Amino acid sequence: MCLAVPGRVVGIEERDGTPMARVDFGGVVKDVCLAYLPEIEVGEYAIVHVGFAIQRLDEESALATLRLFERIGALDEEFGDAWAHAAAEAESAPEEENR
Amino acid sequence: MKYIDEFQDPALARRLLDDIARTVTRRWSMMEVCGGQTHSIIRHGIDQLLPGNIELIHGPGCPVCVTPLEVIDKALEIASRPGVVFCSFGDMLRVPGSDRDLFRVKGDGGDVRVVYSPMDALRIARQTPDQEVVFFGVGFETTAPAIAMAAHQAKRLDVRNFSLLVSHVRVPPAIEAIMRSPDCRVQAFLAAGHVCSVMGTLEYPALADTHKVPIVVTGFEPLDILEGIRRAVRQLERGEHRVENAYPRAVRPQGNPVALSVLREVFTTTDRAWRGIGTIPDSGWRLSDAYRDYDAEHRFEITGLATEEPAVCRSGEVLQGLIKPHECAAFGTACTPRTPLGATMVSNEGACAAYYLYRRLTTPRTEETASVD
Repeated sequence: MCLAVPGRVVGIEERDGTPMARVDFGGVVKDVCLAYLPEIEVGEYAIVHVGFAIQRLDEESALATLRLFERIGALDEEFGDAWAHAAAEAESAPEEENR
Repeated sequence: MKYIDEFQDPALARRLLDDIARTVTRRWSMMEVCGGQTHSIIRHGIDQLLPGNIELIHGPGCPVCVTPLEVIDKALEIASRPGVVFCSFGDMLRVPGSDRDLFRVKGDGGDVRVVYSPMDALRIARQTPDQEVVFFGVGFETTAPAIAMAAHQAKRLDVRNFSLLVSHVRVPPAIEAIMRSPDCRVQAFLAAGHVCSVMGTLEYPALADTHKVPIVVTGFEPLDILEGIRRAVRQLERGEHRVENAYPRAVRPQGNPVALSVLREVFTTTDRAWRGIGTIPDSGWRLSDAYRDYDAEHRFEITGLATEEPAVCRSGEVLQGLIKPHECAAFGTACTPRTPLGATMVSNEGACAAYYLYRRLTTPRTEETASVD
C-alpha cells in the first residue's frame, strides 16, 4: 500500500475542476490526480501513490526505479488483479470480477 | 534475492556495505519504520548482507497490519449490507476480522470492489446515485491526502451517497510511543521516505532531540536503504542525533504544501488504537467536524460488534519489534499467507509475510546466513 511508483505524464486535462493526467508506468497507463502537483508538465516524471502525484522526480531516478520494480514484479503487485491475488492465496475464486 | 550481484548497481552496494563495515565498532539496533522498507530488506536480503553487529528491528509501519480489528469488523458489517457498494484498496481484502474478511463478504454476495484510487470510489458513487458507496480509508500520511481529496471533492460536488470509513495513522506519534516503551531497543530510525514526501521532515527534529536518536529519512530501494543505514551508523558512531534526509530526490523539508493544507482542512488529529499495539495518543486522523456527513461511522449505525483476536497470534510483538516473525509458534504452521491469523501475515508489507515469502526457514528460530562474496 505504501508503494509509490514513478511514472511519466503523457497527457493533462481538467475534469470536474480538478487537474488530471494520464501517467505511463513503464507501459501501464493510469488516470492520476494532479491536485497536489498542479505545476507538473507533460513529459515530466512524478511519484504516484494511489492515484495521486505527490512529488516530482528526475527522469534518471524514475527510469532506474521502474526497471527495478519491473524486475522484481512490484508493478504487477501494484497494478495487477487484487481479486486474483486474493483468490490465489485463499485457493478459491470469487463468483464475479469487479475492477 | 540475497546476493549483491543482484542489486541495481552492485559496485555501489559493495561500496556502501564496505563503508558500513569500516565504520561500525559495536552493536547497534535500528528500526525501519515502514513496512515497505521491511519488505525490501527481507526480499533483497539486506539484513543478511550487513555486518553481524547491526540489527534491523522491523517497525509498525504497515497500515494494513495496524488497522484495528474493530475497524475491520465495522468494514465487514457495512460491506455486508444490501444497497452498499464497499470500495477498498486491494491490500485489505484478506485482512482477518473476528470471523471473516472482505474476500469472504464478496463471496457471500456483498458488493465489494477494489479500486486503485479513492477517486474511483467517488466516481462510482456519482454513477450509481441509488447505492450507498463507502470507501475504506486506511494508511499513513502518504495515503491520507488521497482520501482527504476524495472527501473534499465529494463535498464540493455535493455527492451525498458517498462516505468514508477512515482509520489513518501517523508516523511521528508512533516513533514517540516506541521510544517511550520500557522495552525499547531502538537506537536509530530509518524514517519512511514517502511519508516525508508528503509531510516533509519538520516534525522529526524534536523527536531526535528529545530521545537523542538519529532519524534518517530513507527510500525503499535496496541502495536507498543501504545509504540510510550507512548514515544512521555514522551518526551513532559519532554520538550524534540529527534528522538527515537520505532521500532528497523525493523529499523536500517542507513536504507537499498543497497536500498539507487539504489534510488540515479534512482531518482532525485523534487518539488511534493500533492493532496489536494499543492506543497511541494523537496518532491518527479522523474526518473533521465539517466532514461529519461523510463519515461512514456516523452514517451507518453499527452496534453489537464483539471483536476477538486469535490468542496464538503474536503480531503485536512483531509490530513493536520485540520478536522476529519466526519466533511466533504459529509462524509457517497454523499461520501462513493462505491461512493468516494476523494482519502481519496478510499484507505484503507485513513482516511475517515478508519472512514467509523470502526467508523460508528450515527450522523456526534459526537464521540462515548469506555470503556477500
